[in-house]
Amino acid sequence: MTTTPIVLNRDTMTVTRETDVVPFRSRVKEHAVKIGMSLLNQTKLITGASELVRNMLKYGNGGIVKIEIVSKGRDSGIRLTFEDKGPGIPNIDKAMQDGFTTGRSMGLGLPGTKRLMNEFTIKSEVGVGTTVTVTKWKNG
Amino acid sequence: MKNESIKIFQKKKQAVLEKWIHIQSQDQILNNDLITNEDLRIQSEELLFAFIDNLSDSNIDNAESRDFESVVDILSSISISRAKQGYSPRETGNYIYSLKEALLSTLSEEIKDPATLYAQSMIINKLLDSFSTSTFETFIKGREDVIFRQTDEITQISTPVIRLWDGILALPIIGTLDSSRTQVVMESLLQEIVETGSSIAILDISGVPAVDSLVAQHLIKTVSATRLMGAECIISGIRPEIAQTVVHLGIDLSTIITKATLASALKTAFIMLNLEVNKKQRVK
Repeated sequence: MTTTPIVLNRDTMTVTRETDVVPFRSRVKEHAVKIGMSLLNQTKLITGASELVRNMLKYGNGGIVKIEIVSKGRDSGIRLTFEDKGPGIPNIDKAMQDGFTTGRSMGLGLPGTKRLMNEFTIKSEVGVGTTVTVTKWKNG
Repeated sequence: MKNESIKIFQKKKQAVLEKWIHIQSQDQILNNDLITNEDLRIQSEELLFAFIDNLSDSNIDNAESRDFESVVDILSSISISRAKQGYSPRETGNYIYSLKEALLSTLSEEIKDPATLYAQSMIINKLLDSFSTSTFETFIKGREDVIFRQTDEITQISTPVIRLWDGILALPIIGTLDSSRTQVVMESLLQEIVETGSSIAILDISGVPAVDSLVAQHLIKTVSATRLMGAECIISGIRPEIAQTVVHLGIDLSTIITKATLASALKTAFIMLNLEVNKKQRVK
């Protein structure tokens, strides 16, 4: 049986420049420390968040990130929602493949982040924008 | 019809200046050490006379007018220099607000008809308000310049290249490795390799909080560039959680020599250079 997680705390941050990346990461880290996440999971969360936020800046011209502390049963975690109004991704299956890139990077951002997180959903519409939601559980 | 306040100001130039200086000296008791009264006087005089001399019927209700360019220039240079000298926004703001006070009180002394006084005061008020807005804009810009300069300085000083041994360089990286930072790191490292003729460079990433694919890509580029120069590059300071994250992300660092600590990287470097560290035998 799956229950929908309860949101305990919500925080939003606007990311529009590359200089926003570091403050954003420290904000995510603060929340992760607050719920007592292990150092390994913290690092995974921050690295994944960093990948997604860089994608958002590079391809979507920045956007808004929602940082939420969620609770499901006895487990708690951090849920991040990245929303941009960029050009959108025409082929999500392709974008989720290792090594596929349109921007001369390593092509590991999306698939790598999916491996680092516990839950990963991506919605994108060409010309409208992209929304990526990820969750990392404290003990996940 | 020539605007009445223009005539008054041109006639009472010196009186307005005295008034302004007087108001300022009352405000600025706290900060007398930042600027001498003499300097303040010169600064104020220059600004006020530029303002009154450029004031005309056509531009009195338009602060954007080209006639005020010199006024805005003087204001900008004052507020930028004040931002750099560490004035508070309140002090800079008071500077222009006190000018408004001086101008308006002069008007009230000269114009007896309440309706005219009100109309004239409104016009001057509006004009001075838009000047103070531009003062704040430039004040903030001045502060931002200070921040940008500091950012550059931090980037420069946080990437020192250290000569660990004859032929071995070390470069401790602290903070985030973004594109501009990588450029600085790579330049100073390659330059130092040429200057010292070193054959091994150790990049220590103990101080890098997270290694994502962009950071990894920059590291790989730095290593490739070092190899092109004929030197070998070792990456040290890989913490356990970083190692696991890099593996999950799917980044392949297997072509690079990586070590957990700077000490083991140095040991590897010694082996590569056929050097040996021995404990000294005590002569009995």
